[in-house]
Amino acid sequence: MSVNEGKELRIIGFLCNWCSYAGADTAGVGRFAQPTDLRIVRLPCTGRINPLFIVRAFMNGADGVLVSGCHPRDCHYSEGNFYARRRLEVLKALLPVIGVDPGRFEYTWVSASEGQRWRSVVTSFTEQVHALGPMPGFKSGTSLDMCLCHMDQTQAL
Amino acid sequence: MASSIDDLKTEIKKALPGLDMVIAWAAGPDPLSHTPLFITEEADVERIEWDPRCSQNLAGYLPGLRGKKVGIVVKGCDARSLVELLQEKLIDREDVTIFGLHCTGAVDARAARKALGSLRGGLESVSVNGGTASFSMSGEPRTLPLAEVLQKKCFTCTGADAEVCDHFIGEHGEPPRVTETPATTLEELEAMSMEERLHFWEDQMSRCIRCYACRSACPLCVCQDHCAAQSREPHWVDQTDHPREKLMFQAIHALHTAGRCTECGECERACPMGLPIMTLKQALNRSIQDLFDYRAGTDPDQAPPLFEFREEEKNIKEREW
Repeated sequence: MSVNEGKELRIIGFLCNWCSYAGADTAGVGRFAQPTDLRIVRLPCTGRINPLFIVRAFMNGADGVLVSGCHPRDCHYSEGNFYARRRLEVLKALLPVIGVDPGRFEYTWVSASEGQRWRSVVTSFTEQVHALGPMPGFKSGTSLDMCLCHMDQTQAL
Repeated sequence: MASSIDDLKTEIKKALPGLDMVIAWAAGPDPLSHTPLFITEEADVERIEWDPRCSQNLAGYLPGLRGKKVGIVVKGCDARSLVELLQEKLIDREDVTIFGLHCTGAVDARAARKALGSLRGGLESVSVNGGTASFSMSGEPRTLPLAEVLQKKCFTCTGADAEVCDHFIGEHGEPPRVTETPATTLEELEAMSMEERLHFWEDQMSRCIRCYACRSACPLCVCQDHCAAQSREPHWVDQTDHPREKLMFQAIHALHTAGRCTECGECERACPMGLPIMTLKQALNRSIQDLFDYRAGTDPDQAPPLFEFREEEKNIKEREW
């Protein structure tokens, strides 16, 4: 039973295959209780992440996005997370301008052995997103497409 | 400017025999903005115009003319686009002959049309002196404050002279002194809540007609047929007539030009709906200046910040969990 039973939000996690995904697995194997709002997408490396993954996730209704990879200097491909760090830091400037609260997006480094740390990251990020509540959606507009989108959204609730 | 146009023509005539083409501006159908002129013969040189109506950035034509010897006339901001193209090795320095000018500010045709009203009498000349712009029309000469008629990018001009060039024509000078400028869209957004910002873009983007003029005009959009907006796999943007998809495209454009955009303003100038789309790029540029102490288009030998990394980033404060 999670704390947020019945009022979960959509949080997407983009995890590196070599560290954070294994770290999340370690947390699972260790049976650490953690919130279940996070949906994990496994990637070969944080360097694979196009910042547009995160923008598109928010456009498609995510309430929060977490990116996690290997610690700097521990990258399996030696430099993927160095590039990722720059890209994600620049992305942080774009999100507030288009109306996505900066608290809805975080990136961090969790290694394969840090199961406990993974749990605390997920817990505190989930709390942070819950404090902000669901992501405000677009209003329903006058075009046919917008009306249809709005009808789809209201039916989904 | 009148004297520099003659010097410009002389220099171009001198260089033309060694070049395949020279790109400059000429009078076009719109009295408030000159069109590009592609000069291949000496007779064409006489059609050159040089005044505040030469608003288009011509640097965008260069990547498509790679391999030809091209001369190009640039203002201060156009020169920065050109330097960025050199930095990314999209053009070759030895093939480009740059005629640099001092710009007194470029007219925003849409704003000027609103301020001037009817132009039926024709418009003979436009000039900027001090803090005002003079429009000489056959009926009555009009003088307007710069804040009403110049492009928004000129309000924050960081250098009106072409810094990198082969031939500098005319006098060096200061950027236009524009007083009493309206608040920028970025400043307006900063005063809003996050939800208001989303709805601001929703309202703006619902006017977008997805003509992709912003993309066509941008000198850094060099992907041509491989634009992410048209890719089927991954399907970044769908065909739905929804502001979400249009905003997604603007996010693509902003992130693909992050650390490269020189704020030449072509995207906004080309937008038929007058949407404030350069705001997204300005926000990213401001952040890139803080993070990497970098401004695009200033040094031909520098690499753009997202092309490289440091193991220890000086200004990136990572969150402690």
